[in-house]
Amino acid sequence: MKYLYYPGCSLKSTGRAYEESALAVTEALGMRMDELEDWNCCGATNYMSISELKSFALSGRNLSLANRQANNTESVSLVAPCAACYLGLTKAKRYIEEYPEIRSKVDGALNAAGLEYRDHVRVRHLLDVLVNDFDQRSITERVKVKLAGMKVACYYGCQIVRPYSEFDDQHNPTSMERLFKSLGMDVVDWPLKTRCCGGTLTGTVSEVGQRLSYILLREATRRGANVIVTACPLCQFNLECYQSEMSKRFNDSVHIPVTYFTQLMGLALGIPRKKLGLHRLFVPIPDGVESPAAGGAHVLA
Amino acid sequence: MDNWRGWDKISYQSDLDPRFAEEIASIPGGDKLFACIQCGTCSGMCPLSSYMDVTPRQIIAMIRAGFKGDVLSSYTTWLCASCYTCSVECPKQIKITDIMYAAKRLAIREGVYPKKFPIPVLASEFFSAVEKNGRSSEGRLIMKFVMKTNPLNMFKQAGLGLKLFRTGRFSIKRESVERVGELNSMMKFLEMEHMIKKASDAVGVKEDHK
Ligand code: SF4
Ligand code: SF4
Repeated sequence: MKYLYYPGCSLKSTGRAYEESALAVTEALGMRMDELEDWNCCGATNYMSISELKSFALSGRNLSLANRQANNTESVSLVAPCAACYLGLTKAKRYIEEYPEIRSKVDGALNAAGLEYRDHVRVRHLLDVLVNDFDQRSITERVKVKLAGMKVACYYGCQIVRPYSEFDDQHNPTSMERLFKSLGMDVVDWPLKTRCCGGTLTGTVSEVGQRLSYILLREATRRGANVIVTACPLCQFNLECYQSEMSKRFNDSVHIPVTYFTQLMGLALGIPRKKLGLHRLFVPIPDGVESPAAGGAHVLA
Repeated sequence: MDNWRGWDKISYQSDLDPRFAEEIASIPGGDKLFACIQCGTCSGMCPLSSYMDVTPRQIIAMIRAGFKGDVLSSYTTWLCASCYTCSVECPKQIKITDIMYAAKRLAIREGVYPKKFPIPVLASEFFSAVEKNGRSSEGRLIMKFVMKTNPLNMFKQAGLGLKLFRTGRFSIKRESVERVGELNSMMKFLEMEHMIKKASDAVGVKEDHK
């Protein structure tokens, strides 16, 4: 299986730490994942509000570039760590392949640019790859650091499981819980893990959007979590960056670290904090939570 | 009773647009909307419905009945965060999220969206940046957006901006693909197609009215 990395716009700016930690973790696992050359925006949510066809064509270009970079090999996965990119690309692929009218227009547009669409390129979310293409026992064996007292709330948000649940249960996904258990951490059970964080509403209609994020933070804390992990740059931004604004707005003190799942995973694998972009968090993971793991077998028990 | 103005809600047959339902239903898989049984599952599950002026279930009913103006100028479609909960739970597999998108596109095209509402502004800014450069530059997008909607917010958000800057998460660099030409050819092709379709539709409409 050949993997190509589709960063998307956020992982190059506000979500830089997601890129840093994703690359560090995949490298530590010995997985090769080259960046898709000259990728363009996935045509996500905001673009879709203006032109659906153009949004599909944008994804079409990415998929066709992936095929070219993989020399037309049958088994290539375009790996998107961003949930919105993952959905944007998946949705475009489905619509292009299901609706001949869309297919012919996207083909036409790509041909006009000297490109060609091929069906066999798979779109995968990074979480899917790390949980399903790797033997979880081999991940456990690589654990170098025990994270004492970390109680993890795994947050999936919307677009990984809806509307297409390609690799996990739509109503009660468990990929991240399984991963963090393999890494020797405690996970908390909480029913809001697929409830919407508010998306871009946190910045546009803050009174509403931030309330949605606040509900999640409050419930995770109430359930005993002391860290939340996410698999989407927008979810991470919403849940972390507005905490001080939320504290004022809702007259509460909201203070809990929110990391990308790859950051906490990397920490357990013994990757230095800086390489995982942990210094970019507004609410840091407390110093000294790391202690050497007494061997993989011990962690498993 | 002072604030009660129930009669404001009344529309007359002549206010309705009989073509509206067909227009929305023309999106891929859109004709399923005629199968709606008005069960209200979508509204019940929607995490935003408590904040909306019209619920998702009502939107579907209004589309079917032809309340074009009311649907396109409502806040509902813009408050939809495209979380896809409704689409997944609808017993009739109606693609409600896609319908919300279709309504947003129509509202922008016809210029009837709530004008000062920040969400369509963000969508348009995002679109024009990506159309030109193939990528969105988040820092620039945020600044343009704040300037266009509420410049005073610049000061309120300065703290957040500063923190992002300090943690290396904010950049005003203009991101772009290298081969912009490829994108231009693609977009030009789609625009031509669209114009041809519009021209042929217009001819079709005239013939209908004969
Ligand atoms: S859930 Fe589906 S069938 Fe029920 S009211 Fe909503 S759109 Fe109609
Ligand atoms: S997709 Fe939109 S309308 Fe549907 S449940 Fe989510 S926010 Fe509500």
